[in-house]
Amino acid sequence: MMFRLPVNRLDDLFAAVSAVNSLYLPVDGNDGRASYKKWVEGTKLSSKLNTVRSAKDFFFPQTTNLCDFNVKDKEIEVIDIRADSEDFVVFGVRACDARSFTILDKVFLADPIDSYYATKREHGTIVTLACTRPEENCFCNVFGIDMTSPEGDAACWLTDEYLYINANTGKGTAFIDSIKALLEECSDEDVKAQQTTVKEIAGKLPFAGVSTDYFKKNTLLDIFNSEKWEKLSESCLACGTCTFVCPTCQCYDIKDFNTGHGIKRYRTWDSCMYADFTKMAAANSRNTQMQRFRQRFMHKLVYFPDNNNGEFGCVGCGRCLSRCPISMNIIKVIKAFEEE
Amino acid sequence: MHNETLIPKIGVVTDIRQDTPDVKTFRVVGTDGKKLFEHIPGQCAMVSMPGVGEGMFSITSSPTNTEFMEFSIKKCGVLTSWLHSMDVGQQITVRGPYGNGFPVETTFKGKDLLFIAGGIGLAPLRSVINYVRDKRENYGSVQIVYGSRSKDDLVDYQEILDEWMSCPDTEVNLTIDREQEGWDGHVGFIPNYVKELQPDTSKTVVMCGPPIMIKFTLAGLKELGFVDTNVFTTMELRMKCAIGKCGRCNIGNKYVCKDGPVFSFDQLSELPNEY
Repeated sequence: MMFRLPVNRLDDLFAAVSAVNSLYLPVDGNDGRASYKKWVEGTKLSSKLNTVRSAKDFFFPQTTNLCDFNVKDKEIEVIDIRADSEDFVVFGVRACDARSFTILDKVFLADPIDSYYATKREHGTIVTLACTRPEENCFCNVFGIDMTSPEGDAACWLTDEYLYINANTGKGTAFIDSIKALLEECSDEDVKAQQTTVKEIAGKLPFAGVSTDYFKKNTLLDIFNSEKWEKLSESCLACGTCTFVCPTCQCYDIKDFNTGHGIKRYRTWDSCMYADFTKMAAANSRNTQMQRFRQRFMHKLVYFPDNNNGEFGCVGCGRCLSRCPISMNIIKVIKAFEEE
Repeated sequence: MHNETLIPKIGVVTDIRQDTPDVKTFRVVGTDGKKLFEHIPGQCAMVSMPGVGEGMFSITSSPTNTEFMEFSIKKCGVLTSWLHSMDVGQQITVRGPYGNGFPVETTFKGKDLLFIAGGIGLAPLRSVINYVRDKRENYGSVQIVYGSRSKDDLVDYQEILDEWMSCPDTEVNLTIDREQEGWDGHVGFIPNYVKELQPDTSKTVVMCGPPIMIKFTLAGLKELGFVDTNVFTTMELRMKCAIGKCGRCNIGNKYVCKDGPVFSFDQLSELPNEY
């Protein structure tokens, strides 16, 4: 069922949501880039296509305190510091980032489930926003994602006059119920019109026709042993930027920090692009940058799909295309293989 | 709140045995004096000293031991050096068990077993060997080929002499790399020794040791006529989570921590040679 609200009442909507739960949404910063911020009176929704960092931060933050220890002489005390999360709403998530949660769920909610991630997922409501002006780096459609009909608990469409909203899940229905006083039921005509127009634009994007068939038709070993990896990885600086801006990268490290009053065990994002990622006392299974580079793309294009009914581990958000200092990216990798 | 495997249990070290100049075996129980958890031979646990580090170690004691768990650990890095410096009574943290373990109740049952181990590679096999010894009637003949650099580097030497050698239908073949005073046994590298011994190719092989030993022994076994499906090994790569989520211990699309550490060589032949 479609509902709508006049755009000039967006602030009322945000205020109403914020009155009950913390609300996060993309906001323009002084540097001209968008990032998720907590809504407070006066906060304006960004008009940028997407945020620099993805919405994964809400569920899988850059650092998470796992537990604490007190060590005294020969004795250890383990302290479970986990707290229940408050309910929160993330508004304005794009279709690509929304899909990333299906992928992250397959990792973190697989047995044994990751309680830190699961708790956040249980308490977070994701309200998505359909894209109207995709950019040249967008390629979500390569992975079968429809930018005009995003997943998430509830999906929104923004036109010049109205914000349209429709629930996808029970949580989405609850969200709509909580703001129903501001909404009116409506037809989905305007939404459909917008979808038609945007789909036409999406079909003309530079990467719209990129095919991933090569990775479905060839074997893991054939792709792994390809000579192409040497050349593709030649200029990689191993900075790890692609992994940190990636909405589906989920590799992490676990470390201890001695505060002087005890030990905090925490996890941090890690990157398969780093030399010490697989380094052991005796040996390193991925010694060269070529191996590490290959790992990242094999994971997204071969290993993850092999383990998840063919679903690729990329959502085509385009962040790695915009951020890589040497302009290497997953599209170039896919194309290099497809050219064969 | 969900259970969380990343939050460890406390283990108490109740005994420390110096096995070789650089290998110690640590006996561990819970704070209640009982075994921390049950496991399958070949499974591992994450052992940690908070503030120092955490690492994956094979549980070297057999599940048939109802009183405690043991870990045979070689001193080779920051965490293992710390563990080697601790005294009895020290608490550490343990979480697990992790991994698939050896198919002792399925594939191995009723089979003649050939164990091949090099150096600290005996540690993960010890769990299986002692399990088989305790349930002797379920398995066929047992042959153990074990080698190390020197006599002093043979892990669990006393247990091998006192218990394994006297076990029924069990043959133990020891070898060391170089001649040594006081050693009248075999001298030479494992791959050659295995070829000399000419084991029956109907045996199921369980092998663990340094990569170079595995490589040449496997080639030798194939020359003798052994097939990949009958040869099992246990792998070791860097691990952090131990549950297939942190992303680093994969060989192709398999995580060693979750899908392994036990693989047969026909499984490994379908995976990239990145280990």
